[in-house]
Amino acid sequence: MTTETLIRVENLQKHFERGAIKALDGVSTEIRRGEVVVVIGPSGSGKSTFLRCLNLLELPTGGTITFEGVDITDPSCNINLHRQKMGMVFQHFNLFPHMTILRNMTLAPMKLLKKSQAEAEDKAMQLLRRVGLADRADAYPSQLSGGQKQRVAIVRALCMEPDVMLFDEPTSALDPEMVGEVLDVMKQLANDGMTMVVVTHEMGFAREVGDRVLFMADGVLVEEGVPNELFANPRSARLQDFLAKVL
Amino acid sequence: MADWFAGLRADFIMNFVTKDRWKYITSGLANTLKITLVATLIGIALGVVIAIIRSTWDTNKETLRPGVGRFLLGLGNAICQVYLTIIRGTPVVVQLMITYYIIFASSKNGLLIAMLAFGINSGAYVAEIIRGGIMSTDSGQFEAGRSLGFNYVQTMWYIVVPQALKSVLPALANEFIVLLKETSVAGYVAIRDLTKAGDIIRGVTYSPFLPLLAVALIYLILVMFFTWLVGKLERRLRNSDH
Repeated sequence: MTTETLIRVENLQKHFERGAIKALDGVSTEIRRGEVVVVIGPSGSGKSTFLRCLNLLELPTGGTITFEGVDITDPSCNINLHRQKMGMVFQHFNLFPHMTILRNMTLAPMKLLKKSQAEAEDKAMQLLRRVGLADRADAYPSQLSGGQKQRVAIVRALCMEPDVMLFDEPTSALDPEMVGEVLDVMKQLANDGMTMVVVTHEMGFAREVGDRVLFMADGVLVEEGVPNELFANPRSARLQDFLAKVL
Repeated sequence: MADWFAGLRADFIMNFVTKDRWKYITSGLANTLKITLVATLIGIALGVVIAIIRSTWDTNKETLRPGVGRFLLGLGNAICQVYLTIIRGTPVVVQLMITYYIIFASSKNGLLIAMLAFGINSGAYVAEIIRGGIMSTDSGQFEAGRSLGFNYVQTMWYIVVPQALKSVLPALANEFIVLLKETSVAGYVAIRDLTKAGDIIRGVTYSPFLPLLAVALIYLILVMFFTWLVGKLERRLRNSDH
């Protein structure tokens, strides 16, 4: 981890129905290069909204997000270019069902980075080998298990060689016995120095892999800190209450 | 009974064999197929474009910032709405006659005009079918495309539309069958399609039974053939991603 700030979030707001619902109510934080930030909190706390705002899948109603020095909330910025540098992994995998695994992974590098097919497939196969799925390259997503799908989703995002990976509850839709294989891939990624923002309910992962944990509730960043400290000595009543329920 | 068969045989010879009258049927069939196939292509092209404009407007009108883009999309959507209303609100045979006698009054290339008129007509129905397919495609697919860095149109083109087309294939096949049979009104503007061919023969032989039965039978066989073909295509597409 360096001290270089990769993403700076300032006073981020997301309101629905003309401000009647405040999904995010003034969140400010920084993500440094190489850091693994884990976002926890009860459901409806705004943690997924926060993550989805980082690559503007959700348009913030206020505040700014600066990614690699560029204010991406500025309407004149071309968000498509910045999204290429921000990989995203979804709860429901969202693999493209009409394409093979290999095609899922090579489509964006070929169309957006203008890589040749051979080059893109080389990279994809290399990544597939790393997650132990090289033999499934020509399969279709529906032929894979949930855990396999999510591993493919992770390496599909990696094919674009992103500077940060965003994970939106990557293990929540998995059968319990498949959670481990996905978390292992994420741990490996963290060890390789990838910057990661992870929304999850896996407290073990937060404790083991996280460099910093953000606790959100009611659209506000309530508490943040180093995992061991945060889990051992929660200061706010909200976090104490939350940890009592999940640990 | 023997008399009846002898009569039928004479009838058959008079209607189809004498003066090579069967050639009316074959050339009519060729025209029907030409009109249907070209109109289908026009319909699908129009339908995809309109469906994308309409669904884009419907899902983004709340969040789009005011500006040139929003204005153009709104205008496009309004034009599409007018087109859909007029085409779906008037009979195809009236549209065909307006196209032939008014819009292209100076041209007598009936076949081309019919292809265009039926294509424009079909486009309205295809647009709504495909729009249904786009709207029912999981929004996660769209988000996954955008998160990789694809722009709106690329995401639609590579990811959403292929899935939408596949899921609406049965409805599209139905539209194709309807179109094939609708072209039977092409005779209104002096095009010798399959139906008109039967009618011409009936007009000279004054014997309606066999010509009309033959025409009906050919339509039936065509529809059965295309239904079988689409069924095969559907099974192949299903196999590719089960």
